[in-house]
Amino acid sequence: MNDMLHPATAAMTAADDIAPLTFEAVSVTLRDQVLLHPLTLTLDGCHRTLVMGPNGAGKSLLLRLAHGLLAPSAGRVHWEGTTPRQAMAFQRPVLLRRTALDNLTYALAVTGTPRGERRERGREALARFGLAALEKRPARVLSGGEQQRLALARAWLTRPNVLFLDEPTSALDPAAIRAVEDAVLDFHRRGTRIVMTTHDLNQARRLADEVVLLYGGKLIEHTPADRFFAEPRTPEGRAFLRGELVW
Amino acid sequence: MKRPLALASLAFVTLALAGIGQARASDHFIVLASTTSTEQSGLFGHLLPAFTEASGIRVRVVAVGTGQAFEIARRGDADSLLVHDTSGEQRLVAEGFAAERADVMANDFVIIGPGHDPAGIAKAETVADALARIAETASAFTSRGDDSGTHRAEQRLWEAAGVEPAGAWYRELGSGMGQTLNTAAAMDAYVMSDRATWLVFENPRDLTLLFEDDEALFNQYGSLLIDPLRHPHLKHDLAMQWHRWLLSEAGQQAIADFEVQGQQLFFPNARPD
Amino acid sequence: MPTDANAFQTALALILGMDPVLLGIVALSLQVSLTAVLVAALLALPLGAALALWRFPGRGAIIVALNALMGLPPVVAGLTVYLLLSRAGPLGQFGLLFTPTAMVIAQVILILPIIAALTRQQIEELHGEYRDQLQSLGVSRPRMIPTLLWDARFSLLTVILAGFGRASAEVGAVMIVGGNIDGVTRVMTTAIVLETSKGNLPLALGLGLVLLGLVLLVNAAAHLVGETARRRLG
Repeated sequence: MNDMLHPATAAMTAADDIAPLTFEAVSVTLRDQVLLHPLTLTLDGCHRTLVMGPNGAGKSLLLRLAHGLLAPSAGRVHWEGTTPRQAMAFQRPVLLRRTALDNLTYALAVTGTPRGERRERGREALARFGLAALEKRPARVLSGGEQQRLALARAWLTRPNVLFLDEPTSALDPAAIRAVEDAVLDFHRRGTRIVMTTHDLNQARRLADEVVLLYGGKLIEHTPADRFFAEPRTPEGRAFLRGELVW
Repeated sequence: MKRPLALASLAFVTLALAGIGQARASDHFIVLASTTSTEQSGLFGHLLPAFTEASGIRVRVVAVGTGQAFEIARRGDADSLLVHDTSGEQRLVAEGFAAERADVMANDFVIIGPGHDPAGIAKAETVADALARIAETASAFTSRGDDSGTHRAEQRLWEAAGVEPAGAWYRELGSGMGQTLNTAAAMDAYVMSDRATWLVFENPRDLTLLFEDDEALFNQYGSLLIDPLRHPHLKHDLAMQWHRWLLSEAGQQAIADFEVQGQQLFFPNARPD
Repeated sequence: MPTDANAFQTALALILGMDPVLLGIVALSLQVSLTAVLVAALLALPLGAALALWRFPGRGAIIVALNALMGLPPVVAGLTVYLLLSRAGPLGQFGLLFTPTAMVIAQVILILPIIAALTRQQIEELHGEYRDQLQSLGVSRPRMIPTLLWDARFSLLTVILAGFGRASAEVGAVMIVGGNIDGVTRVMTTAIVLETSKGNLPLALGLGLVLLGLVLLVNAAAHLVGETARRRLG
């Protein structure tokens, strides 16, 4: 999976063009309950941002707000410039009740790829994600790891500038986790900004170049990864690294 | 996988609609609103092939109660009528819906009842007497109650007998003749039927013919043509051919020839012009 | 009462005899009901899906109305279509009364609410599962309709069969708008009514058994197709 279609260097230059995503005093309230306190944050460049925090910290909420699946109760989420192409991988991949290949050609059809090219490009993506043999298998009977790779192959085909991943490996075995992490790095090498939630510290160490730490619906830290893992700025950050921060 | 299914559906719709279209392809037919008695006795099965052979015109029979047949005629949904309620038919002419009415044939009504005849109507002299006995003994009587020709005739007979049919014994069903006979059979009730329907009825159980042969039980059938001015879209020419044929020697003979179990059911009585 | 035992013999004799009149009646029954199901499905599936996907004022009222119309008495549907198609009615000039087309129209009115209401339910459920993913892919709402209908195809097959069941079983509507004309609009159910009123109960019940067998056959075929596809596609 490491034989890249696009050299990383070429991709990196394109990455500077991805519009920054800004949260301005964004909050989410549901039936008088504050799920996300007013939060201001900018995600830019071609970072691999890992959003961390214990369960209920608001990680998924942040991702769904960023991707536009959820409207904030107050504040503003906006792209400073052209809205980039985006894709999102979910904790439990949502695949259509069709074959693996048809799931990919569907995404291509939606993005306006000419009918004649869809099957070939779909097959290329299947091969890239190690799914070539499963082309005709119904997507819903694939294993969890295969399903997540298929979801990533689908995302790959839409050539996103920004890829959101919401705990994409939390239900997978170690081999499947590895495959997904490799795929995430592939996306990044192609010039895709990565915004991913995880509760797995080791995964964050492997993937992150910056960290967003949420706790109790509040933004605690937004720090470069090496600094966060060496010396967190906040007591919550330090507690989180020690594994003492629980919900 | 998607396209063959869509193609198959499309092919099916085309076929289905084509088939239905075919049923309407020939315009050389008329719609005749008539009564259940003529349909169920098998008279049309005997008459229509003869007419179609003579004229090339097909007749589509919608068999309903006479009241509903009148309504169909008023709305212009039938080209011709063959029914049995002379006063109602005359009203249709007077109202201007029917252009022409003629006697075609007749049969008679009979009173049916359980074999043990609790009201003793078999010994009655007249139908008025028979009905009075049923009312006096409060024996169960099932009435069509559907504003059909038979129902209207029955109501006139009660009136003539001087009896107001009411009470638990008098059951208005709102059903066709056959259904009313079925119910009477199940309830051991008296019932008035036209002779034709009774003769071909196959579920009599304990029911038997108890009273017949009174002039008051005479049952006249008439043929009506719809007024072309009121409903110009109807097939008046074809309907006229049917009407004339019914009254012609050939038509009258065909009616006389119709027999069930060796018994003639309808007696042609068109008045020659 | 000899009726019940005779009915099976009569039914068997009817089937084995391949009586051309009976075959004509069977063919017309299938033609009318299947056409009605097809037309109703073509209208009701997108309608149900649209109701599942869009929120607009009056939506609740439409859903309640559809659910209520699932219980519409066939006679009322028949009477409505009769008044519409009658020469004195607004669509009278087409001359459709007492034709198989009129019967199809009446049955469409009967089963459209069933298919639309049940489709809405199924699609709403599936949309709950797919919403985020489809929105993430940038699928427009009109585009979601065929996507969701296709992905719900197995449960929708059952919905359509429910519609077919109602269409093939009803007699009140086709009797009124078809007129039970011998060889033109006589279908299984109206033939059963006619034979019942003639007092020929064994024949009526025999015809009923034939109708039951037909409906069974159509359901079995649909089930087989559905199961095979389901096993293949998960």
